[in-house]
Amino acid sequence: MNTWNDLKYKEVLVVDNKNLAKDAYILTFKRTFNFVAGQVVGLGINTLIEPRLYSIASGENDDYVEILYTEKADGKLTPMLSLLKKGDKILVSSPFGSFTENNDSPILIATGTGIAPFISMLKSGKGRAATLIHGVSFPDYFYYADYLEKELGDRYIRCCSKFYSTDYFNGRVTQYIQEHQVDPNKKYYLCGVAEMVVDTRDILISKGIPYRNILAEIYF
Amino acid sequence: MKHDLKGKKQLYGLTFSEITQIVKDEGFPAFTAKQIADWLYKKEISSISEMTNLSLKIREQLSEKYEFGLTPFTKVDVSSDGTKKYLFTTSNNKFVEAAYIPETERATLCVSTQAGCKMGCLFCMTGKQGFQGNLSTNEILNQFRSIPEFQTISNLVYMGMGEPFDNLDNVLSSLEILTSEWGYAWSPKRITVSSIGIIPAMITFLEKSNCNLAISLHNPFDDERRQLMPIQNVYPIQEVIAEIKRADLGRQQRISFEYIMFDGVNDTDKHVKALVKLLSGLKCRINLIRFHSIPLTPLKGTPDERIMEFRNALTTKGVFTTIRASRGQDIQAACGLLSTKEMGKNNS
Repeated sequence: MNTWNDLKYKEVLVVDNKNLAKDAYILTFKRTFNFVAGQVVGLGINTLIEPRLYSIASGENDDYVEILYTEKADGKLTPMLSLLKKGDKILVSSPFGSFTENNDSPILIATGTGIAPFISMLKSGKGRAATLIHGVSFPDYFYYADYLEKELGDRYIRCCSKFYSTDYFNGRVTQYIQEHQVDPNKKYYLCGVAEMVVDTRDILISKGIPYRNILAEIYF
Repeated sequence: MKHDLKGKKQLYGLTFSEITQIVKDEGFPAFTAKQIADWLYKKEISSISEMTNLSLKIREQLSEKYEFGLTPFTKVDVSSDGTKKYLFTTSNNKFVEAAYIPETERATLCVSTQAGCKMGCLFCMTGKQGFQGNLSTNEILNQFRSIPEFQTISNLVYMGMGEPFDNLDNVLSSLEILTSEWGYAWSPKRITVSSIGIIPAMITFLEKSNCNLAISLHNPFDDERRQLMPIQNVYPIQEVIAEIKRADLGRQQRISFEYIMFDGVNDTDKHVKALVKLLSGLKCRINLIRFHSIPLTPLKGTPDERIMEFRNALTTKGVFTTIRASRGQDIQAACGLLSTKEMGKNNS
C-alpha cells in the first residue's frame, strides 16, 4: 500500500537521531514549514513504505522540528528510522491535524510518546498553567522531564507503572486519575494508545467530567 | 501469511498470485495454481487431502508445509429474531465476532477486520478492548467460510470489530478473493466496507476496489464530531467527503453514510441542515442507526419518533435516507460486546 498519495511531502536532512532510552528516539530536522502545536506530520524514508503519522514535539517557533518515536521490532518503518544518521534523507509531509485547541489551565494526560503534542504546546507558550500527567512503564521514558519539571513544577505529575520509586506516583495514569479528584470545569486532553484514551475517558466521565470537556488524540 | 501452531502456513486466504508463487517455488506444474484456487474457494472441502485432482505426491508435498487453514467458531449466540453472533479465536488467542443477519430476501454477514480497535470512538464497545492486532486475510475470510450458513450468505459487510482501513492490505486481499473469477466470483455490489475515513487508505481502496463504501459520519460539525470520534483531529469528515467527491467512482459503487442517532447530540434540525450541505452534489445514502447503550457511555439513543422526523427532514431535502432495522438486541449484536465479555472471562 502506498499511502503517500494525498500527502504533500518534502525530502529533508536528518540533523540528529538521538537514542533516549531503550527503543526510544528523538529525530530532529530543520523546520521548513509553519505548524500549529498539536499537528502531525507523515514521516517516511521513501514512498514505497507507507508513512506513519507523528505528532511534532517541538515549539512552533523553534528552528528545528523534533519527532519522538519508539522502535517497534515488527514495524515496517521504525526499525529503519532508528538507523538514520545525521545527513540522511527522510520524507516529511506538510503538517496537518487539528488537535490544536488550547485553553488556560488544561489537564494534559499522556502515556509514552503521547506526550509529544503537549511538549509542542508548552514550548509554543500555549496551555498556560497546564497540569501534565505522564504515564510510562519505566523512568527512562519520562521524556523531556528536566524541561517539564522546570516549566510546570508541581503541575508535572509522573506515573510509573513498572518501577517503584518515591519520586513519582507508582501505578498507571488511569489509577492516578481514579484515586485523585478531578475538576469538572477544566478541559482534559488525552494522547496515547487507544486503550489508555478509552479507559481514561471512561474514568473521567464516571467522575462527572462532561464528555464535551474531553478531547483525545489517538495513535494508529 | 498466517502460520498454525505446528508452523504450517495456511492456504485459505491466499490470493491467486500468492498461490502461483507457491506452485512455482515447489516446482508443481503451472496449472496446479488454478486447481488449488478452485479447491480453496469454489468447493466445500477443509483439508489438502481432499484436493483429489492433485497428484498424491503434490498433496503430500503441500501438506509438509501447508494446511488448508479453516478455523471453527468457538461460540454462537442466537437471537429470537434469527440473528446469530459467532465468536472466533484468532491466532494470538484474541476474540473476534461475526454477526449473521437473516432477512426475508437476503442474509448478511458482518465481519471483523481487527481484534479490538485503535480508533477510540466514544460510542463503541470494541474500542474499550484496546487494540490486539490485525486479522490476517485468512482470519477475515474464515468468519465467512466457517459458519454453517456460509452458502446462504448474500451480502457481506465489513462493519464488525476494528477499522478496515487500518488493516487495508489484508482487507484488499480478502476483497480480491471474494470478487475475482478464480475466487468466489461475488459481485462487488454485494460487499460493503465501512470506515471512519482514514483518507490515504480510503483513496487506495477507491482506486483498487469496486466494493461499496460506507463512512461512519455521526456528526457533520467539526467540533462535535471531534468529541465523539478522535479521528476527526487527523482526517476531518469534511475532507473525507471532499475526497470521495473527487474520486472516480465505479459505476456500480455505492456510497453510504452511517449515522448513529444520539439523543440531543446529533439529531437536531441544525444537524439536518448541515448534513444536507455537506453531502450536496454526492449521490449517496444516509443510514440512520438506533444507538444501543453500552457500559459507561454518557450517550443515549434518540427516540424512534425523532429518528423518523430526522429521516423525513433529510428525505424532504433530497437526501436518500433509510433507518436500519435493529437486529439481535437480545444477544447484544452490537460489535464488541460478546468478545469483550469473553476477554473478561479469560482475564478473571
